[in-house]
Amino acid sequence: MGFFDIFKKNKAEASPSVEEKEKASDLAALDQGLEKTKTSFFGKISKALVGRSTVDADFLDDLEEALVAADVGVSTTVKIIKRLEDRAARDKYINTSELNRILREEIIALLDEQNTTQTTNFKYPSDGNPYVIMVVGVNGVGKTTTIGKLAYQIKNRGSSVILGAADTFRAAAVDQLIIWSERVDVPIVSRGMNADPASVAFDTIQSAKAKGMDVAIIDTAGRLHNKVGLMNELTKIKNVMKKVVPDAPHEVLLVLDASTGQNAIEQAKQFIAATDVNAIALTKLDGTAKGGVVISIADQFRIPVKYIGVGEKIEDLRPFDKVDFINSLFKD
Amino acid sequence: MFESLSERMESAFKILKGQGRITEINIAEMLKEVRRALVDADVNYKIAKQFTDEVKAKALGQDVIKSVSPSQMLVKIVNDELVNLMGGSKSDIQLNGNPSVILMAGLQGSGKTTFSGKLASYLKKKGKKTLLVAGDVYRPAAIAQLKTLGEQLEVEVYNEEENKNPVAIAQNAIKYAKTNAFNVVIIDTAGRLSVDEEMMDEITRLKAETNPNEILFVVDSMTGQDAVNTAKAFNDRLDFSGVVLTKLDGDTRGGAALSIMSIVNKPIKFVGTGEKMDALDVFYPERMAQRILGMGDIVSFVERAQEVIDEEEAQKLQKKLRKSQFDFEDFLGQLKQIKKMGNVKDLMAMIPGVGKAIKDIDLDDNAFKHTEAMILSMTPGERKNPELIDGKRKQRIANGSGTSVQQVNQLIQQLFQMRQMMKQMNMMQASGKMPKMPRGAGMPGLKR
Ligand SMILES: Nc1nc2c(ncn2[C@@H]2O[C@H](COP(=O)(O)OP(=O)(O)OP(=O)(O)O)[C@@H](O)[C@H]2O)c(=O)[nH]1
Ligand SMILES: Nc1nc2c(ncn2[C@@H]2O[C@H](COP(=O)(O)OP(=O)(O)O)[C@@H](O)[C@H]2O)c(=O)[nH]1
Ligand SMILES: [Mg+2]
Ligand SMILES: [Mg+2]
Repeated sequence: MGFFDIFKKNKAEASPSVEEKEKASDLAALDQGLEKTKTSFFGKISKALVGRSTVDADFLDDLEEALVAADVGVSTTVKIIKRLEDRAARDKYINTSELNRILREEIIALLDEQNTTQTTNFKYPSDGNPYVIMVVGVNGVGKTTTIGKLAYQIKNRGSSVILGAADTFRAAAVDQLIIWSERVDVPIVSRGMNADPASVAFDTIQSAKAKGMDVAIIDTAGRLHNKVGLMNELTKIKNVMKKVVPDAPHEVLLVLDASTGQNAIEQAKQFIAATDVNAIALTKLDGTAKGGVVISIADQFRIPVKYIGVGEKIEDLRPFDKVDFINSLFKD
Repeated sequence: MFESLSERMESAFKILKGQGRITEINIAEMLKEVRRALVDADVNYKIAKQFTDEVKAKALGQDVIKSVSPSQMLVKIVNDELVNLMGGSKSDIQLNGNPSVILMAGLQGSGKTTFSGKLASYLKKKGKKTLLVAGDVYRPAAIAQLKTLGEQLEVEVYNEEENKNPVAIAQNAIKYAKTNAFNVVIIDTAGRLSVDEEMMDEITRLKAETNPNEILFVVDSMTGQDAVNTAKAFNDRLDFSGVVLTKLDGDTRGGAALSIMSIVNKPIKFVGTGEKMDALDVFYPERMAQRILGMGDIVSFVERAQEVIDEEEAQKLQKKLRKSQFDFEDFLGQLKQIKKMGNVKDLMAMIPGVGKAIKDIDLDDNAFKHTEAMILSMTPGERKNPELIDGKRKQRIANGSGTSVQQVNQLIQQLFQMRQMMKQMNMMQASGKMPKMPRGAGMPGLKR
């Protein structure tokens, strides 16, 4: 029986015995300490489809469960399933492999951004003005670490990078970024703790321009998106950079933690409102969390996920790969 | 996007209006909404299902009291059940060692270091001589972070710059604490993933070698479905003694709290409500239940507001609110109170689901100025009786305050909305353990 019984009307009335059996097995699964998901989802699909040639309710229930468990969220899960159903209705005889393909296609459609800028071969322009990346997000998601890793990548691809330590609030945040700048061996502009973050950002861009740097990356203090004053501060930081480079920041990178649940949607909404976010980095995907909520975010706000964080080391930043990501959603 | 559960259930129940009993048929639809609300609040989907099954069993036996609708009744049952689950095992922090050792554990960025500082500050205020131990030897500037907090709090921090072995550092720290008569030793640790075997071994050894009186699992309240996996993995290794739920000053529903409680059955000993060192609180199951259900963390909001709102004023206001007589005089009075409170925006932000009436508000400082000007342009009669304000009067008020008729309309609208909201809250309250009437909850100067 499906979790939300979204498809109840599609099924013949479930007999109570089936229902009871399901319930019992659900509870047993809980007792086993959530060990249940050991078989991969696609494995389950295959099993579910043995002897069937169409999408049926059991299959959809499994799908529903897998998506919700990956933090995709109820409404987006419903949306994905509806789309899958529509496709299945058009073509009644879909086999397992086709179904897998269609499912992937439907999720990719949600993830697909309108204007694609591919990350791996992107060449940062060296036209005298620095390409400015401003990094924003709530507390502890991995902004500073992502900056370290990103600077390392950009440098390895032959562009010059400078960092700006505009998190002047959290204890030792400046020290943390300085250590990263040493690790990557790139210059940094810092004005110590408690300095005005907008001034630090301004100084960084100015210094980047003076030095002819290709890229400037600005770290900002983590802040919860519901704190209006702090969000206004972020807008101010963003705007002050324009005084040096009129079209800066070129990239506003919102960092989201893969373990965050549905609150990430509200985070995205508020950071977009304050800073016109145009790219997302999804961190901590080396853990057990799936980060499925970015599907809703990409779909709702049309903002591409550009990078993923897969560890704390300098090389642990990857370009976001939709297919890999979707596969990982269904893995245990 | 977050409707409160009661709103959802009302609509789920519409189809069934007129039914006065909780039956198999009407409860199915409503429980589906409950389940959905719980999952939207990040309660683990399996736990949400288990939970609603239990609620169903409880609810089916019950007759609906005449004055409440079945959906109100069910909201109450759901709420009580949540409180029950989360409030099950309450206990204070254990300080019976000599020194008492407290070990922090959790994922990266969950708030361990900050909470270590907060706890040190809290215990210091209680007269305990507290030692902070810098056990995160991995993250850049993690030691510097703790030292900064220590300086700020005037709490000593034990660290060994060259030592890369947290277990040895912790052991040495405890020795140091013994010789120097510290009462409490708080060990900060590096964030770690539950699937990182090496790091999980390390914290297991830390436990074995330091024999802590408390092991606190520090978890971000914004965590989603994964909360159960992580909590379980840490608990399997450490059998931790309590949970700390951080970043509750955000607007997350915080369903992870319920998931964790159900899976490990350990008390939530503290919550974190801000980045500052005094932003620590004990856990209130009632508030958490309301928060998960989208009823808003009204109570803690009210408490903070109370600190600055004049007692007597508040009493009077509360009476008025109860009778839905709240008028523009009160509105003006509130404005003054608010000005005293300072960062209203942060305060307001603590109410995730008070209702559509104040959702998505845009609070700028000018909003207050305009509001004040408009009210000051009203006659005393108009202030007491906003119903009097017709088109002509609106024009006059707009002219007098340098605003537009549209703005005046909005303001009047707001007052009525507020009255409506109060009425609803009164009703909820009457139906049982619903949010207590917030004193001074009607916030003027809100703009959409
Ligand atoms: N708003 C808010 N921020 C918090 C709270 N607790 C911690 N933070 C912030 O969350 C971020 C991470 O906190 P830390 O204390 O460094 O977390 P940690 O678990 O020690 O992180 P690592 O050592 O990096 O694993 C910092 O920016 C803190 O200021 C809280 O209750 N509310
Ligand atoms: N496992 C893992 N940890 C990460 C990742 N990114 C950041 N972290 C850790 O998360 C914690 C918070 O990161 P930090 O960069 O300080 O976050 P900020 O507060 O947003 O700047 C640190 O302990 C980082 O080492 C990641 O991709 N994987
Ligand atoms: Mg940082
Ligand atoms: Mg730390």
